[in-house]
Amino acid sequence: MKITWNEERCCGSGQCVLAAPDLFDQREEDGLAVLLHPYPEAEQHASAREAALVCPGRAISIEGSP
Amino acid sequence: MDKIVIVGASAAGISAADALRQRGFTGRITLLGSESHLPYDRPPLSKQLLSGQWEPERLRLRSAEQLTELDLNLRLGATATGLDPHRREIVLAEGEPVDYDGLIIATGAAPRRLPGGDLAGVHYLRTLDDALALRSRMRPESRMVVIGAGFIGAEAAAVARDIGLSVTMVDPAAAPMLRAFGKSVAELLAALHVDRGVDLRCGTGASSLISERGAVTGVVLDTGERIPADVVVVGIGAIPNTGWLAGSGLLSDGRLDCDEYCAVASGVYAAGDVASWFNPLFGTRMRVEHRTSAAEHARAAATNLLAAPADRRPFASVPYFWTDQYDLKVQAWGHFDESCDLAVRHGDLSERKFVAVYGRDGRVVGAIGAGMPKQLREARSLIVEKAEFPG
Repeated sequence: MKITWNEERCCGSGQCVLAAPDLFDQREEDGLAVLLHPYPEAEQHASAREAALVCPGRAISIEGSP
Repeated sequence: MDKIVIVGASAAGISAADALRQRGFTGRITLLGSESHLPYDRPPLSKQLLSGQWEPERLRLRSAEQLTELDLNLRLGATATGLDPHRREIVLAEGEPVDYDGLIIATGAAPRRLPGGDLAGVHYLRTLDDALALRSRMRPESRMVVIGAGFIGAEAAAVARDIGLSVTMVDPAAAPMLRAFGKSVAELLAALHVDRGVDLRCGTGASSLISERGAVTGVVLDTGERIPADVVVVGIGAIPNTGWLAGSGLLSDGRLDCDEYCAVASGVYAAGDVASWFNPLFGTRMRVEHRTSAAEHARAAATNLLAAPADRRPFASVPYFWTDQYDLKVQAWGHFDESCDLAVRHGDLSERKFVAVYGRDGRVVGAIGAGMPKQLREARSLIVEKAEFPG
């Protein structure tokens, strides 16, 4: 699985940090997301998908499965 | 369960389909959408789409590839007009009824209409077609009157001023978004719109429209004043799309009320703007018209629809929403209104950079902020923990 994050779409809601705190952080200055681990471990796949699903800016996409 | 029908193909509908597949459902999913467009996102309609910054393709909620992967029976332009829960059938405006084993209702809401508003130049803002029609009328030399200073009206006014239109915004409340945000934040927004050149008329409603040959030419205020207009935007709230469920036995006084599991009846769930549910986190029933809630709500509904009765989980959610007006982004969490008290935690409202919390009955029930997103997210936990207010 690969996570991609699109800065232009990110609206800084921090939803991804709540859904997947191991995978995302939020920049202090503008609140935009920071993708910590583009290639999550198997046990992080569910939270990565959740982050993509809840992102109000649709800035996060997931490639590959499962 | 072999056949699941989702009625409504916007944020809630497509999220429900996603969640069903994620939870391993391999049966047939029929997604019915009344519009002819592929599922698209609505928040940008009054922001990036209206300003011309984004084109419609960017609003797609799923790419063609993702839609193929979801393996949906996607039926666009299919309007549901009735439901028979005993036969487990959806009646459509055209064509054969569609039967289901499980149903998710996600038909959203529609703009409240202004009586006598069927005139050229009078615009609502809910669908992509609405937004494109309005956008084509927003020339810098145009005069716009915005009726209703809520999310839609205030965002449309901001875009219009950025383009250069002269804008008058009218609302019976004392300041923009007063009911949603309360006095302090509403006054901040009022000052922002005035700074940006909006002729803000608060404390008065619009009593009628003036027209010539079927086209609007102005708005008459409750005060009797007449304001000339080439374009009128009406943003006076939304009404849940429950009309098609009349006679289904699922409505109570016209409302679609779900339990804490998002269920309306056995095998029938609902999500998004259309339905209220009992949110155990706040101990109250709520209906939320926000984009992020629609997706979360739909995921909860889809998960519970597939789950064994003992495995269902209540949908305990802290609603999140935001509004973009000019270069100000206001974000909020929780469930609050103008009757709540507000306490500033970081920054300063007058600098338009702050985090504040809303309190009710001595507990934090909401948080709002601008320009301090990380501190705002941290304030969210105060809501979950039901922290003492003002603390």
